[in-house]
This record gives sequence, structure tokens and C-alpha cells, in this order.
Amino acid sequence: MRIHSPAGFLSAAALAFGVSGAAMADITGAGSTFAYPIFAKWADTYKKDTGVGMNYQSIGSGGGIAQIKAKTVDFGASDMPLESKDLKAAGLLQFPAIIGGVVPVVNIEGVAPGQLRFSGTVLADIYLGKIKSWNDKEITDLNPGVKLPADPITVVRRSDGSGTTFIWTNYLSKVSPEWKEKVGAGTAVAWPEGVGGKGNEGVSAYAQRIKGSIGYVEYAYAKRNNMAFALVQNKDGAFPTPNIASFQAAAAYADWKNAPMFYTILTDQPGKTSWPITGATYVLMHEQQDKPQNAQAVLKFFDWSFKHGQKLAEELDYVPLPDNLVGLIVGEWKTDIKDTSGKVVWN
Amino acid sequence: MPSDAAFIPIDMPIGVARIAASLRADAPPPKGTTPSPWGDAVFEGITRLFALVVLGSLAAILIALAFAAWPALEKFGPAFFFTNVWDPVKSEFGGLAPIYGTLVTSLIALAIGVPVSFGIAIFLTEMCPPILKRPLGTAVELLAAIPSIIYGMWGLFVFAPWFADHVQPGITASLGRLPLAGALFQGAPSGIGLMTAGIILSVMVIPFIASVMRDVFEVVPPVLKESAYGLGATTWEVVWNVVFPFTRVGVVGGIMLGLGRAFGETMAVTFVIGNAYRISAGLFNPGNSIASALANEFNEAADPIHRASLIALGLVLFVLTFVVLACSRMLISRLAKGEGART
Repeated sequence: MRIHSPAGFLSAAALAFGVSGAAMADITGAGSTFAYPIFAKWADTYKKDTGVGMNYQSIGSGGGIAQIKAKTVDFGASDMPLESKDLKAAGLLQFPAIIGGVVPVVNIEGVAPGQLRFSGTVLADIYLGKIKSWNDKEITDLNPGVKLPADPITVVRRSDGSGTTFIWTNYLSKVSPEWKEKVGAGTAVAWPEGVGGKGNEGVSAYAQRIKGSIGYVEYAYAKRNNMAFALVQNKDGAFPTPNIASFQAAAAYADWKNAPMFYTILTDQPGKTSWPITGATYVLMHEQQDKPQNAQAVLKFFDWSFKHGQKLAEELDYVPLPDNLVGLIVGEWKTDIKDTSGKVVWN
Repeated sequence: MPSDAAFIPIDMPIGVARIAASLRADAPPPKGTTPSPWGDAVFEGITRLFALVVLGSLAAILIALAFAAWPALEKFGPAFFFTNVWDPVKSEFGGLAPIYGTLVTSLIALAIGVPVSFGIAIFLTEMCPPILKRPLGTAVELLAAIPSIIYGMWGLFVFAPWFADHVQPGITASLGRLPLAGALFQGAPSGIGLMTAGIILSVMVIPFIASVMRDVFEVVPPVLKESAYGLGATTWEVVWNVVFPFTRVGVVGGIMLGLGRAFGETMAVTFVIGNAYRISAGLFNPGNSIASALANEFNEAADPIHRASLIALGLVLFVLTFVVLACSRMLISRLAKGEGART
């Protein structure tokens, strides 16, 4: 390629620099693999709409919390809401970004998605290692019409620090006192049983490859990979199908206004159509911003997601936030996120 | 040696002739270069500095690890290395399971890898038709160039399902029935576990051990082997009684190299080992290794004791590698002492 004239070359270079100079730097976030599918979709569409990219690393909620505390990313995402004292100690605030559900997935020959039924105590016993094979009486009692083999159950869970694990173990702690005492809830627990996969992606990979396995993943992963999810009995004794309606039914019981820093756990909610293992992903940001332009860009992104991202969320069976909750969140932005001089970032 | 001033052989290359001329006692000093008295000293100083930097880095790493691991070691004491508990919720940690997993998977890797590498090296040096020698040798070395995460993915997506469906049930049914050793072959046929991790590690260490063995086997003086063949020895007798004793030191070195890689291997192991903090005799059960535990949990270990425990595991790995290296040096010196007079 010959450069025909210095002037042409210089003007082309100026154009290239000019275009790249006008684009905003990408915003960075890290954390929850639970919300990764929807964050990725939003980032893609947001870039097409505004030209600003959002770079999200799905490293698990524990990783997201660590990264935002270390200020290596603009925002962190965690499915486990932090308590007020932890938030205050780290100078963070949190707000929910999306609501979704965790579903158990099984890999048994001949069992279709939505066919198998579990109760909370049976799930806890499987994960405690008390129920060891698929044709155990407790499972067959709940599933009279399903042919279950005598194969051993391989339990699949997370090996890394995960908010999805927090939602799952929080639910198991609520329905099984033995689980609560022996293991407890958290982003990383001392699992009595099972093989550990890294991220929702790792658990999906294991659950799809190991015959006779049971795992837990965020619903979008089960849907996208056509995995055989199972139904779980809710507090009212019904077996709702996991979808937007049942996640929304669970979320409707949350009292967002009175929750300090939006701290609400949505598992085991009452209601005949409520999905019992529902959770929200929280975005964590610093209250005092060293880089107010980055903070503005992050808030603009989430504001866009509240206004335009809801349709995309529904396609992946995530629950968009109710309008009154969005109002409360934007109100929090207006009062709590300030730059180093005390000026409010969001206007 | 030129003793006569005019004597320079006519067929000597020009450059050699120049050097020969300058070496003569009455030769004038070369133009433009006066020997500097401190050149040697500077060179020695710089190289000594590099060596000290390496030693210093090693010491610095050891000190940094020990310092960072201190909170966990102080809280749990030496029991940290002998108890099996990993509870991030209650903040109680004991590293026996990852240590056990590291040792077991490395042992499996060596148990499979050393005989196979030995066979590869012997084949390439003694019995291989010359036309196959270079392609086979290159193929073995190419195995070493494959990134370890590819091994992990291959292990998870290709090897583990095949192993679970076709090999594990057969082994559990047959070898699993043996009285004592049978306990080693128990475990659910999920394809994920200590045995799978050990097999994949063996594939990864074979190129290292085989290359070193082949290189040392090739430098055995042919006269030794030919004498043995001339006396009527079979190929195996020559290999076991002539080649192997001659190259013992190199072989041990190659094995230690492979062992070092097996200890530290992270990505390939973490895909297939199952990440379960449990110790069981059954090798088909999931377990954990030190490198795999660190890779999974270090990123988000917010609890200081959790982080210190992970670093303590890293310290264990460091010390383990050091101990293995020291043992191999002792073994080599013991072997060298036992050798007879060399030709």
C-alpha cells in the first residue's frame, strides 16, 4: 500500500485519532456469574446504542466484592447483598439491578425439563449426602410417574465464592434445620458432598457431562443449554414452573422501602405461584467516587437498563425491577454517590 | 605450536592464522585493544550479581509466603497440615485434603509417566527405524508445548466422559474386588476425580521425562553398548545393565523435573479433580490439589484467615518442591558414590 501523499496520510491519521478520541473509555465491572448473561446482553445492545462499552468479568460474587473493595473495577455485582455494617466499613452502597431464579438441574436419562419434583428437605438431604441414589424412597415418593434408575447421585456445586451459592444455601438453611446447623449459608461453604465447578458455567458443564448428576444454576443457564431443570416445592406446597411469573411472584413480597440498603433475601417467599429460590443481583459502588466520570457512565448504563433493558431481560427469563423500586434506586443515587468534593454525581 | 617466527601452515584459515600470530610471545599487542585490568573483575561481579539475585528472589518469596501465612499458622498451629477441614463460614481451615490430593495425583502421574517415558526413550534410541526417529521425537516434544488449559478442557470434555462410561465401571468391577488394593479403585463413575487428574498429569509430564531420558541415553558411549552386544547380551540386558546405570543421574533429574511440573500444575487439574475437600482411599472420588484450591478461591478470599490459609498451602507446596529437590540431589550423590572407576 503506497502512501500517495503526505497530506492524505496525515488527514487519515487525524480522522482515526479524532474518532478514537471521541469515544468514552469502557466501564468495567466484575462479579456475579448469575447475572452475567443479562449483563452481557445489555453491554452488547448499549454499545450499539451509545458506543460506550461495558466490560464485565464473571468471576463470582465473592470476586466482585473483592474487586470493588480494591477499586480495580467501576462496579461490582453480587447476588449476596452485603449488610449495612459491611457496606459502611467499605464505603460502598448497593442497589438491585436484576432479579432471577436459581433452579436445580439433573442429568438423568429419560427425564425431561420440568419433569422431576423435589421438596426443600429432599434437596438438602441430597446435598448433605444423606440421599445417595436416584431411586431413594424420598425422591420416588415425590415423583410417582417417573422412572428413576438405581444410579448413585453425583452432587455438583460451586468451587468458587458465589452469590448463586449464597441464594441456594440460604434457601436450604431455611427449609432444613440440619443444613443450617451443619453447613450454613454463604458465598463459600464447607460442602459435605460433591464435585465443584467454577462459575455457573462450570456447574453447567459438569451437570451436562456427568450422568446421574444434580447441580444448581441460574435459570438463564438452564434455559440456554437446554438442561433438565427440576421443580421445587414452595412454601405453600405447590410446584411452580420457574419463569418470569413465578420469580416476579416471589419478588412481589419484598419490602424494598424499609429494607436498609435494599437488603432483602427473596428465598422461600409465601404465595402459591412463588418460585422458592429467587434472588436479586446487587450492584456495588463506592459512595465517594475518585473518578466521577466513570461513576456517571456506570449510572447512565444502569439507568438505560431500567428504561430500555427490560425487554432483553424478559427474553432470558430475568425479572425486571418494578417501577417503584427503580424510583427508590434513582433516589439513592441522587443522595449517596458523591465525588471527592461532595458534589452529587447523578443529575 | 609455532616456534619458528616464519612458520604458519599454508592451509590454516586466515582468522586462525591471525590468532596464532597474536599468541606468539613476541607478537605486538593487537591494534586498538589494550587489555583492561578491570574487565574481568566487572564481568565476574555482574555474573555474581545475577546469581545472588536468583538466590535473593528465592529467599524473598519464602519470606513473603511465610509472613503472609503466619496468621493462619498461628491460629491453627501445626495441626493445619494434618487436619481435613475447610469451612469458610466458620473460618476453620486445615489443609490435609489438598496436600493429600497433590501428592496422590503426582504419584499417579509418575507411576504412569516414568515407565512410559522410559519406553519411549529406549525405543527412540535403541530400536526406532531411523526414518521415524525425528518425527516421533518431535511429536513427543510437541506434547510439552500444548498449553495446560487445553489439557484440562480435553480432559473434561473428551477424556472424562469416555473414562466414566467405558473404563471406570470395568475397573471398579474387576480391580475393585481385590482384597486390599481394591479400595483404591472405588468411587462413583463420574469421570472426575483423583485418578483422572493423575492420568492427565501423566500425559503432561511424559514429554519432559522422555526428552531428558532420550538425551542422556543418546550420550552413552557406543563402545559400551557394542561390547555388551558383542558378548551376546539381548537388547533388554544392554538397556538395563549398561545404558541405565550409566545414565542414572540424568534419569533421576528428568523424573524430578516431571515431578516438579506435576506438583504445580493448576489449570489441567482444576478442571477434572472435582474440587472436593475430602480424603478417601478410592481414587475415583473427587479430591483437591493445592494449586487447584488456590486457583479457585484466592480471588475472592476476603476473610483474612481464609487468605492466610491459602497462602499457607502455597508455602507447603514451596517446601514440598524444595524437599523433593533436596532428596533427588541426595539420591544422585549416593548413586555417584556407588559408581566404579570411570573410563
